[in-house]
Amino acid sequence: MDVELTRLPGIGTKQEFVTGDGRRVGVLTHRDGHRELLLTGREDPDACVASVPLSEAECNALGTLLGAPNLVAKLGDQQREVEGVNTAQFPIAAGSPYVGRALGDTAMRTRTATSIVAVVRDHVVSPSPRPDFVFAAGDLVVIVGTGEGLRQAAEILEAG
Amino acid sequence: METALALEELGALFFGLGVLGRLAGRIGISPIPLYLLGGLAFGQGGLLPLAGIEGFTELASEVGVVLLLLLLGLEYSASDLVGGLRRSWLAGIVDMVLNATPGAVAALLLGWGPVGALAMAGVTWVSSSGIIAKVLSDLGRLGNRETPAVLSVLVMEDLAMALYLPVTTAVLASLGFLAGLRTVAIALVLLVVVLVVALRFGGAVSAVVDSPSSEVFLLRVIGVALLVAGVASQLQVSAGVGAFLLGIAISEDTAENATRVLSPLRDLFAAVFFVVFGLNTDPASIPAVIPVALALAVVTTMTKIGTGWFAARQAGVGSLGRWRAGAALVARGEFSIVIAGLALSSAAIDPEFAPLATTYVLLMAVLGPVLARVVVPAHGALSGRRRAAA
Repeated sequence: MDVELTRLPGIGTKQEFVTGDGRRVGVLTHRDGHRELLLTGREDPDACVASVPLSEAECNALGTLLGAPNLVAKLGDQQREVEGVNTAQFPIAAGSPYVGRALGDTAMRTRTATSIVAVVRDHVVSPSPRPDFVFAAGDLVVIVGTGEGLRQAAEILEAG
Repeated sequence: METALALEELGALFFGLGVLGRLAGRIGISPIPLYLLGGLAFGQGGLLPLAGIEGFTELASEVGVVLLLLLLGLEYSASDLVGGLRRSWLAGIVDMVLNATPGAVAALLLGWGPVGALAMAGVTWVSSSGIIAKVLSDLGRLGNRETPAVLSVLVMEDLAMALYLPVTTAVLASLGFLAGLRTVAIALVLLVVVLVVALRFGGAVSAVVDSPSSEVFLLRVIGVALLVAGVASQLQVSAGVGAFLLGIAISEDTAENATRVLSPLRDLFAAVFFVVFGLNTDPASIPAVIPVALALAVVTTMTKIGTGWFAARQAGVGSLGRWRAGAALVARGEFSIVIAGLALSSAAIDPEFAPLATTYVLLMAVLGPVLARVVVPAHGALSGRRRAAA
């Protein structure tokens, strides 16, 4: 995928790409760091129909919304042939007992026979996290296992 | 007693400007034309002549020019300027030919001679980057595909100013051909040296002014800026150009901090600068120049639209986007007044120059943002009619 970078002298930088249906989607990063989500219209491919200012937290939320399901869908595709194995993602909620604790503390594989294959934080994916990986509130945990195993894993992450 | 009166006058002046600025924000136009009108109202032959604060306002308006150009330089990094030069030199030349010519021709027709023509050419040539950046941001057009083309025209104009201002300063001071050539050579060498230093050793200049304490930082930046501006002025390169080059030489992180601490000061002193320019213009001389100003406004609106249209077409932008780029560039403002301000101090300039420049900028600073707004519906209505006729 080609992401085009344009410098806007005195304003900042614009990064954008063209989607399958011919629209441009991009992010304008102002010099002071604040960002805008850009979207061009169908009528006039040169003009933005939306430019939405986003805060740091909103950027992270949007990145996670778009990035994490994508990862899960990819993993799901790879495991489609294996009967009975599913992929799911669970958030580490602010009240979870594992906020600030290591991945190994969940003893996930022993207790539910599932494996944690990735953790998504601030739209950065950490693949194959090690047992000493420390969770933070807002992390998305991607887990592979059987349907029953995944249900148990969700309970563990929520309540310990 | 004198101090008390001066303080009261200054207070009334700034408060009045604050009221005008608020009014400008309400009706969605740049405050520059209202500051000029404010100056006209206070000045000689105006409603409320101010006396006793000229010493302060004259110096403050000089500081205003220095800060205006320093912040303009801070906005652009050296790589922006060099990149802009590589990509948009042709658009820059088209811009100069189309928009400087009407001013020069008008001045020659009025019998102001080559010096007047040179100064008036600058007034009609340069768009207002301040007004245009604000309008593009307000209309949500920063992400549009024609916007880089618009910005690169502005970058080219600012680069050209680094040579135009010294040339004009030299000519206005009637230094003669050789001395004039010398200042141009100094300006050219300075520009190249600053660009090279900024690209290769950007940290060095920043290190001179940088400080973790914002107070120390502010004092150092202002100090260095005024020193550089003063030396540039003594070399006849013009104070503003010195400040502009300093702004370019200060590298990105420091530039951002400097912009933050200096913006309020720039707003204050630049407002004084616009008012002083208005003060020096006799309102009674304005009616006589209105026909010329209107004619120039019509012609240079069309030439700027042509410039933007051309620049956007070069960037591969579609028809409507080219019109948007053209309309966006129409606004003239701070730079035209900076040039006119330089000219004011020269004996070689016709007394009608200042009222013409004031009236012209008043028209263009208001017309530009309005055109930028209405160009899209106007284009829609026109192409709709064309489609209906076909």
